[in-house]
Amino acid sequence: MNIVVLVKQVPDSGSERKLDPADNTVARAAADNVINEMDEYAIEEALTIKEAQGGEVTVLTVGPDSATDAIRKALSMGADKAVHVVDDAIHGSCAVQTSAVIAAALGQMEYDLVMCGAEATDAQLSVMPALLAERLGLPQLSGARKVTIEGGTAKVERQTDGGFWALEAPLPAIISTWDTINEPRYPSFKGIMAAKKKPVETRSLADLGLDAGSVGLASATSKVLDFAGRPPKGEGVKVTDEGDGAQKFVDYLAGQKIV
Amino acid sequence: MAETDLDDLRAGVRELASSFPAEYWRRCDAAREYPEEFVRALTDAGWLSVLIPEQYGGGGLGLAEASVIMEEINSTGASTSACHAQMYTMGALLRHGSDAQKRSYLPEIAAGKLRLQAFAITEPDAGSDTTRITTFARRTPEGYVVNGRKMWISRVQHSDLMLLLARTTPRDQVARRTEGLSLFLVDLRAAGSAVRAEPINTMVNHETNAVFIDDLVLPADALVGVEGQGFRHVLSGMNAERILLASESIGDARWFLDTASAYARDRVVFGKPIGDNQGVSFPLARAWADMQAASLVRDRAAELFDRGETRGTDANVAKLLASEAAWAAANAAMTTLGGYGMAAEYDVERKFRESRLYLVAPVSNNLILDHIAGHVLGLGRG
Repeated sequence: MNIVVLVKQVPDSGSERKLDPADNTVARAAADNVINEMDEYAIEEALTIKEAQGGEVTVLTVGPDSATDAIRKALSMGADKAVHVVDDAIHGSCAVQTSAVIAAALGQMEYDLVMCGAEATDAQLSVMPALLAERLGLPQLSGARKVTIEGGTAKVERQTDGGFWALEAPLPAIISTWDTINEPRYPSFKGIMAAKKKPVETRSLADLGLDAGSVGLASATSKVLDFAGRPPKGEGVKVTDEGDGAQKFVDYLAGQKIV
Repeated sequence: MAETDLDDLRAGVRELASSFPAEYWRRCDAAREYPEEFVRALTDAGWLSVLIPEQYGGGGLGLAEASVIMEEINSTGASTSACHAQMYTMGALLRHGSDAQKRSYLPEIAAGKLRLQAFAITEPDAGSDTTRITTFARRTPEGYVVNGRKMWISRVQHSDLMLLLARTTPRDQVARRTEGLSLFLVDLRAAGSAVRAEPINTMVNHETNAVFIDDLVLPADALVGVEGQGFRHVLSGMNAERILLASESIGDARWFLDTASAYARDRVVFGKPIGDNQGVSFPLARAWADMQAASLVRDRAAELFDRGETRGTDANVAKLLASEAAWAAANAAMTTLGGYGMAAEYDVERKFRESRLYLVAPVSNNLILDHIAGHVLGLGRG
């Protein structure tokens, strides 16, 4: 069972994130860049499948040089090798363009399964599995909270607000996972040391047979036209309890559609 | 190891240690419980076996790396005192044990299946004056029979193996008082009632004991190294211990300074953050400078140790400066937090108690000053 896990480096969702006013793209230079948290669940699931069934886990990422940190994290968790697509022309690419780059990279790899996080914590589009499924002609099983691989079939429980859908598809397939699926492992000491020796292949757009003009901000299908910081937190609502505090509290919650 | 690799180790162990939140440590402290889950997680991830050579299944690293690992763990607010000895106690076995001993124990220790984190040296009537210990191992045709009493022996109840220093020749029958002591590896699982540990309640959550040894029968191959040379065998291990404990103090200092600085920035009194007052900020700044100095001396001591050139002075000075830096940071943090520093839920009082220990353990700072006076300055010793 050879699995490719898609990994994205994102600004840490736990700290303040900014866009670069020069071109309205994510400001990476000043950010604390980390592996997309949701991807860690996909890596864990891939490693669990590999440990049970054998094979290899390969990490694939598209991103700047600094994305090697995200790759190293995945390798230290136990992935076997990595492919890093890095090319200055990719900067500012939209999801559609990025999916073309990933699809081209996957086209040069052997896999039975592609896995990724259900969303990236930066843009939160959640469209990559669908875009790749369309480009590669593969079934997509998105938003999984449970994955079972039996023979040539993938079965997942697709998480919904009210429960789950039971889905299955023949391999190769694309599966995206939520953070309800497992508890990602921490890299062990030996995992960290071993990661330094694991192979990381770097690919440019030319290596993938892609034209630099087909990606990047200039030809992106979507662009950020404008942005503004989050408004400062307001004063909030103060309710004076005149014996009817509980009622006012419930009314407020109902007004906010919280209850 | 390159600086970037050390950074990777720091980041890796920090991530794991941070998964044990302050509530966990508060709970263990209040109940005086051994932090089983924390120790298990560190063990399983291989962090406690980094000093064991790779040929025995360990990490094959030096003290320079091990010390940043310990520092980083404590900098998260955790306490490695429950398990730091698992890292360095095996050093005596590694450096002085027979091939058979190394082959039979080190892989199991590296795998986390055997815990060797108790080292019985001090006695009720012989603390730092080690040559005055009276626990005696009498030679028999089959091996040895040991009788005596040990004091402040930590983690005995969470160890499978214990190193034991005992006299094999009485002090008045040896040419030099450092001779006639021998080192033994005791299998506590087989010792039964011959080794009895009585817990000592202390102001920190630290499993330490008075140990009573009555007619403990040891096979001849329990001897580690050369009979009569046990004192020499434990010395290099003491240096490793001091460098690692210095690192824990540096980690504690970092935690105090991070915690107190954050509080001093947020806490507004009389219309401004209390950290704007030099009465608050200067003690923190001073402690930071002390910590930097201690860190450099620690780095140097670890480097020398890894090159096989350790001198007791380097390890001792690292421990002296680091424990004092941590204590300065602890007091500055206490002052910064005011009354909240006393409240258990702010964690400063717990770390305050923990960091106080290292001013007197594993060796009193006064004895380190005495060592410097005698060995470096050529003055008389107390």
